Amino acid sequence: MDLTAIQSELEKSIPGCRLEIVPNPAPAAQHSLVVDADHAVLVATYLRDFLHFDYCSNVTGVDFLPKELSEKIKVKKTVDGPNGPEEKEVDEVRKTTIPGYLEVVYHLFSTTNRTGPLPLRLRTPNRDLTRESLTLPSLTPVWRSCEFQEREVYDLFGIHFDGHPDLRRLLMWDEFTDHPMRRDYVDPDDYEYEPTAHDEVLARHRAHYSTGAGPAFPEGGGQ
Amino acid sequence: MDEQLKSELAKQGIFATTLNEIYNWGRKSSIWPLNFGLACCAIEMIATTMARYDLARFGAEVFRPSPRQADLMIVAGTVTKKMAPQVVRLYNQMPEPKYVISMGACAISGGPFKQGYNVLKGIDRYIPVDVYIPGCPPRPEALIDAFLMLQKKIDEQVLTGTSRPRHLDASQPSEFPIPAFGAHDLEPPSNPALWQPPAPDLVQIAPATPSAAGGHAQK
Repeated sequence: MDLTAIQSELEKSIPGCRLEIVPNPAPAAQHSLVVDADHAVLVATYLRDFLHFDYCSNVTGVDFLPKELSEKIKVKKTVDGPNGPEEKEVDEVRKTTIPGYLEVVYHLFSTTNRTGPLPLRLRTPNRDLTRESLTLPSLTPVWRSCEFQEREVYDLFGIHFDGHPDLRRLLMWDEFTDHPMRRDYVDPDDYEYEPTAHDEVLARHRAHYSTGAGPAFPEGGGQ
Repeated sequence: MDEQLKSELAKQGIFATTLNEIYNWGRKSSIWPLNFGLACCAIEMIATTMARYDLARFGAEVFRPSPRQADLMIVAGTVTKKMAPQVVRLYNQMPEPKYVISMGACAISGGPFKQGYNVLKGIDRYIPVDVYIPGCPPRPEALIDAFLMLQKKIDEQVLTGTSRPRHLDASQPSEFPIPAFGAHDLEPPSNPALWQPPAPDLVQIAPATPSAAGGHAQK
């Protein structure tokens, strides 16, 4: 059963659900299905019970920053020429911004039909990082194996899973407030000793000693 | 005592020694390591204790599951920031005299994970380390070498005077502060009494100039 057939069956059975196929141009051709958050649990339950996707092997998060696209278009304009105003084709750069979002990807397999993976994607409406916009439905009630992996996504990306039985940090400690896999995460400035620094690390190493309010050399440092 | 006279006496069946020597010999011949491993280096540590490499030849076969009975902590593997307070706590619970071997690139400096958000850049930021073994992971022979080096270090200790070992000097600390879990990092990120970064290379930290940017200095 290919993805378009799955999509049409889901749309027929679950009225109102908005599905979108994201094609994968690579040779693997693992096309994925974007599901809207409101119908995600219904779609997941249907996939499990009627299409026999009984195993969720992997849950992961992706962070998409807002992207600015600039394209050149030809526009007809009246330009002042040597012989008075004339109409000319002028290149103009048009900029469009694609808003950012956070995404959760579930990889589904069917051990009954021996098919898979079916990548299922859930997207947050935007990337303004408020609690409301970062809330997605949890699929742990559908596939029990999502429990730890959704906790990991919550830990590293800060996505809240509505309906998760035990949403706590998994890898970092409870007092930690950051989400390290987000693209705008800034790690602590502990670049005081970098014996083989280069590129980005070298820049951080330099910044560590140029911004310090105290002495350039730490007290007692040096060998 | 004169070394030659000592060996002559030994030939006659008379064994002469000093308290210093016999004390050090006793300690170095029964170093009991703490039974814990943090990552893949622990597999090499286990291999070292097994029949092929046989660490028991050096009196260190008894891996103790309790820090109260251990003399040596082999920090074998990546110390994550989440694990670091527990490692320091285990060290504090060990009785003096106690020693630390920092095994592998990760325990020394963070190794391949040095720039990660979750890995401590070397256990020597919180506890004093006696022997470092480089490697990723070090071979069992390297761990045995570190053992012999530690035994040599113990053997050379003088029990009196200003250079006496830490466990005989009441003014020296035997416990070290346990870092707390902070909002962004461990607090403090290192123990300044134990660890200070070496002076930075002035050329390396000089602000990047436009002329240097295109030169080979950047490569």
